[in-house]
Amino acid sequence: MNQAAAYPGFLSPTGVEIVFVLVGIATLAAAVITVTTRKLVHAALWLVVALGGVAVEYLLLTAEFIAWVQVLIYVGSVVVLLLFGLMLTRAPIGESPDADSGNRWVALAVAIAAAGTLVTLVVDAFRSTWIDLDGAVQGSTRVTGESLFRHWVLPFEALSVLLLAALVGAIVLSRRNGRGPAGAEGSSRTGGTAVRSGGDPESRTGEPSAREHSAADEGEAR
Amino acid sequence: MDVLDVGLRLLAVLAAFLVLPLLVGQTEHKVMAHMQGRVGPMYAGGFHGWAQLVADGVKFAQKEDVVPAGADRRVFQLAPAVALVPYLLVLVAIPFAPGGGVGQVIDAGIFFVLAVLGVGVLGSLMGGWASANKFSLLGGLRTGAQLLAYELPMLLAAASVAMAAGTVSLTGILGAFEWWWVPWQIIGAVVFFTAGLAELQRPPFDAPVADSEIIFGAYTEYTGLRFALFLLAEYAGIVVICALTTVLFLGGWHGPYAEDLGWVWTLLKTAVLAFVVVWLRVTHPRLREDQIQRVAWTALVPLALLQIALTGVVKVVLQS
Repeated sequence: MNQAAAYPGFLSPTGVEIVFVLVGIATLAAAVITVTTRKLVHAALWLVVALGGVAVEYLLLTAEFIAWVQVLIYVGSVVVLLLFGLMLTRAPIGESPDADSGNRWVALAVAIAAAGTLVTLVVDAFRSTWIDLDGAVQGSTRVTGESLFRHWVLPFEALSVLLLAALVGAIVLSRRNGRGPAGAEGSSRTGGTAVRSGGDPESRTGEPSAREHSAADEGEAR
Repeated sequence: MDVLDVGLRLLAVLAAFLVLPLLVGQTEHKVMAHMQGRVGPMYAGGFHGWAQLVADGVKFAQKEDVVPAGADRRVFQLAPAVALVPYLLVLVAIPFAPGGGVGQVIDAGIFFVLAVLGVGVLGSLMGGWASANKFSLLGGLRTGAQLLAYELPMLLAAASVAMAAGTVSLTGILGAFEWWWVPWQIIGAVVFFTAGLAELQRPPFDAPVADSEIIFGAYTEYTGLRFALFLLAEYAGIVVICALTTVLFLGGWHGPYAEDLGWVWTLLKTAVLAFVVVWLRVTHPRLREDQIQRVAWTALVPLALLQIALTGVVKVVLQS
């Protein structure tokens, strides 16, 4: 192993490394604002910034495919769904007095524990791995696909089954209060009627079907 | 890759972004007028009112930029930019001629364009929420519901082409294109184009902006230049969706004398599709909200899945 010779130092960072750190700081800041702001929709929009920042980090790590999938799934679908749910239920302009949860200290502990585990794991696994920016792209679609379907097929299939189970579960849940086999269709229709006639932002009727859509989105997109 | 080359490419993309949507807009004025037995704008600029949209732009720029008192100012003001910029980014990745005729080759091209297109919808959602107006909120909600429903068939249709070509790069897809892909992928093409129309909220899928029931939805409170930016986003969207359908399903620059005239073929096919978009607006009534959802989930998704199955079967048969 010739790691020591090919081991770049921290004291002479390249331009990419500086950008990486800066984007990382911006992403972290956006994430902190996401959980601390008292304006619900602002939190969702800051989440867009945070997720977009993560996508930029993927790009800087030459994982192009992962970066675009991140934008497609998280920014394009998950956040849109989140905003949709917020607008459908409760999203006042200005501050929400009940935005703070009583569980926040537990949540903080869980978040720190999860972050600690992940950081330890990643640092330990990739301690001496450096990406050669001048060589062939290491995160191209072809490379990602080959390693995914050659070395990681079993986890991939397990995840697919998990997503399928979630999808079926979402359909079952949304049908429980429907009327027989027309349940899924009926719920989307009531959602439409409520929006058309009342314009009542408190209405929750469309939500189950929306969740179902998202599960379908994610399941299929992966 | 030198700086000059990159700069020139980006300038060309910017020029296309500024010119093509206006061309589509003027075409819409004229085509709609003639389909309805009118002549459309005739005075601005002299010859058949060619400068009408320029005059419109001047008018929009002079109008007062109003932000409602109850609105969330920053989100309200940011929304038009979020709606418009993604279309500019997408244009960079669309190949228009053989041999490097593309703003920037992107390895995961299909994912890039679909991902960035999805971001544009955030602009409508932000505008709809931040306006502090019930009609705007309804428009934003309908936009969100529509995007969630139509993103899936669009992705599936694009995935079918990627399977056929064995790559997700747009230039790679065009490189592998054969003429018989057009009949082979025709179901996917229809699904993709229809879903694209729905994402743009063009008639007959314009319930989110329905001016006669919810007064232009998310854009109700917008005036002046910001409103013009939303309109520009719509026309830029038409260009992008038509160009993408051309590249993915109609062979892009493929055609007689493709080496020299490739870009003409791309523009021609895109223009024909843009004409179809206008045509549909004139000839189809607006779908109701529940009808829009039903079209997506009961027609487009199964059709897209059928196309994927067909693609897979043909692909396996060809390889054996």
